[in-house]
Amino acid sequence: MDLSYLLELGVNGALAGLMYSLVAMGVVLVYKSSSVPNLAQGALTMLGAYMVLFFSTSLGLSMWLAVPLAIVSMMGMGMGIERVALRPLAGRPIVMILMMTLGLDIFLRALAMTIWGGSGRPMRIGISDDPMFLGPLLINRAYAVGAVVTLVLFAVFVFFFQTRRGVVLRAIADDYMASWSVGISVERGVALSWAMSSLVATAAGVLWGSVQGVDQSLALLLLKGITVAVLGGMDSLGGAILAGLVLGAIESMASGVLDPILGGGSRELVVAVALIVTIMIRPHGLFGRHDIERL
Amino acid sequence: MLFRQAGVFHTHYAADRGLFPIPADRFMIGALLVFFALAPLLVSSLALSSYLVPWLVWTAATLGLNLILGWAGQFHFGYAAVMGIGAYSAVHGVRHGIPWEISVLLAGGMATLIGVVFAFAALRVKGLYLALSTLALQFIMDWVIAHVPAISGGVSATLQAPAMTLLGTNVTSEAALYYVALAWCLFVTVFMLNLKRTALGRALVAVREKDFAAAVIGVQSFYYKLVAFATSSFIGGVSGAMLIFTFYHAVTPEQFSINVSIELLAMVIVGGLGSIIGSWFGAAFILLMPSQINHFIAWGAKLLGMSVGDETLAHIPHVIYGAMIMLFLILEPMGLGKLYSNVRNYLLLWPFGYSRK
Repeated sequence: MDLSYLLELGVNGALAGLMYSLVAMGVVLVYKSSSVPNLAQGALTMLGAYMVLFFSTSLGLSMWLAVPLAIVSMMGMGMGIERVALRPLAGRPIVMILMMTLGLDIFLRALAMTIWGGSGRPMRIGISDDPMFLGPLLINRAYAVGAVVTLVLFAVFVFFFQTRRGVVLRAIADDYMASWSVGISVERGVALSWAMSSLVATAAGVLWGSVQGVDQSLALLLLKGITVAVLGGMDSLGGAILAGLVLGAIESMASGVLDPILGGGSRELVVAVALIVTIMIRPHGLFGRHDIERL
Repeated sequence: MLFRQAGVFHTHYAADRGLFPIPADRFMIGALLVFFALAPLLVSSLALSSYLVPWLVWTAATLGLNLILGWAGQFHFGYAAVMGIGAYSAVHGVRHGIPWEISVLLAGGMATLIGVVFAFAALRVKGLYLALSTLALQFIMDWVIAHVPAISGGVSATLQAPAMTLLGTNVTSEAALYYVALAWCLFVTVFMLNLKRTALGRALVAVREKDFAAAVIGVQSFYYKLVAFATSSFIGGVSGAMLIFTFYHAVTPEQFSINVSIELLAMVIVGGLGSIIGSWFGAAFILLMPSQINHFIAWGAKLLGMSVGDETLAHIPHVIYGAMIMLFLILEPMGLGKLYSNVRNYLLLWPFGYSRK
């Protein structure tokens, strides 16, 4: 186990971790505005990938048209989910809300399988397979593209939260009762955050679909996304980015070291342990607000 | 009219505190018990071994999860892992020559020991964070069970469960297995019915409603959470062992994966949080309804002359299952138990319903 190999694992892991951040950002956007921990984000990611495939292969559109169309339809879907499934549950105990998002996760996954079948499909977005070197390190080109897209989307969100509508969303995140009393339409704000969350879900679906193919396993990104979200703080977008970098690097290096010892499959284990350690030591994450329910 | 209260006079305290003061309830329960006792004669052997037995065992497990989720109000997203620990402990115990009865108790003890680990998460965080940490613990347990050859017999291996001997006699016939499952399920149900009326049950409810307030009136939430996790883990562990010995007859890690945990949660939610009769309904509903609806869809498609692909048909039960969870949460969040009690409350006063107002 030489150092440059570890470094290579770490850098590629960090780039992949930024793609986990994309899933985590979806969780964070919804949690910020409505305190709904969305366990269906993985299923939304998968659905986004299938939507793109539907527009590009079934309707034969080019990727440049298929992705925006998929994003728009997913945004409508996200707003629909908020309206139909989660708004009636506002103010109910958290167990109901968690169960609702879990039910949604099962429903969306099974629906996609019913419509499109269980076999995996490739997603080609035109990233070449040629090796790319950064100094002596071999970089996975797909991860690098994904990391760049994540950072661009993050920059867009940072900019967006400075605009008038973004300020409204921040007000809702701070105190929705107070926002209500000054005339902000909280419902519309929450719907908007679901739309944005569906947007990043679609982006994550396309990127991960191009890495590992489009099938049901895309929905399993949920565990990684939620771990990144908790590690960064459930209501911090910047935290999600940083936590993605950290978790991706740790996961990749730890599994590189542990896999030969334990006989493979230690990635999930590393992520689960990271989640537990975060919750036990610092439940509000790196940048989260400190008013988290705790004994 | 049906649940007549007229003429029910309590002349001593024991009668007043009885579980079922209304005669109609007693008749119905008596009739149900007679049905369950005679079930091997009444229903076909297929229905007995593939519907009734799993229903009974899953009901026991649902009641165990309901104890922690419905009574103590603590999240547990890793209940299937606890059941799996019980199942593997019991199978290994019997394989190593420990008598069946003792191995099952040991399985419960083992599940309790490890289940208390989940409680330590509960002592530190609550709400969403407790849910996520128990979820992560489930992943870790799954991984350990699947990847330690001493437990699972190697990755993706199946361990055959040895034949079951109860008090020295071999239990192999379907009817006998059914009676074992029935006995366990009735035991858990009676335990839960009585738990409601004990100091422990009331303390758990106090902790659920507001742990600070419970602490103020002298209920140590720390201690009661630990007890709740331990008790429900014991029930879960033994139910897991029962599931293997009476239904699956072989144990693999997939039988206790995260999906099973979610299925158990769905049983509790659809049945109704903290409702005992609801747990019976919820287990039946989640276990049997999707496949029944699937048969119905296949039959309907045939009738209309449409062809539905096998793969589509294989995924439709999951669509229905997810949709049912969502529909229940929107339409009747307290589940089937609440629906039953609505009907019962209506019938309590039936022709004179106006007298309630």
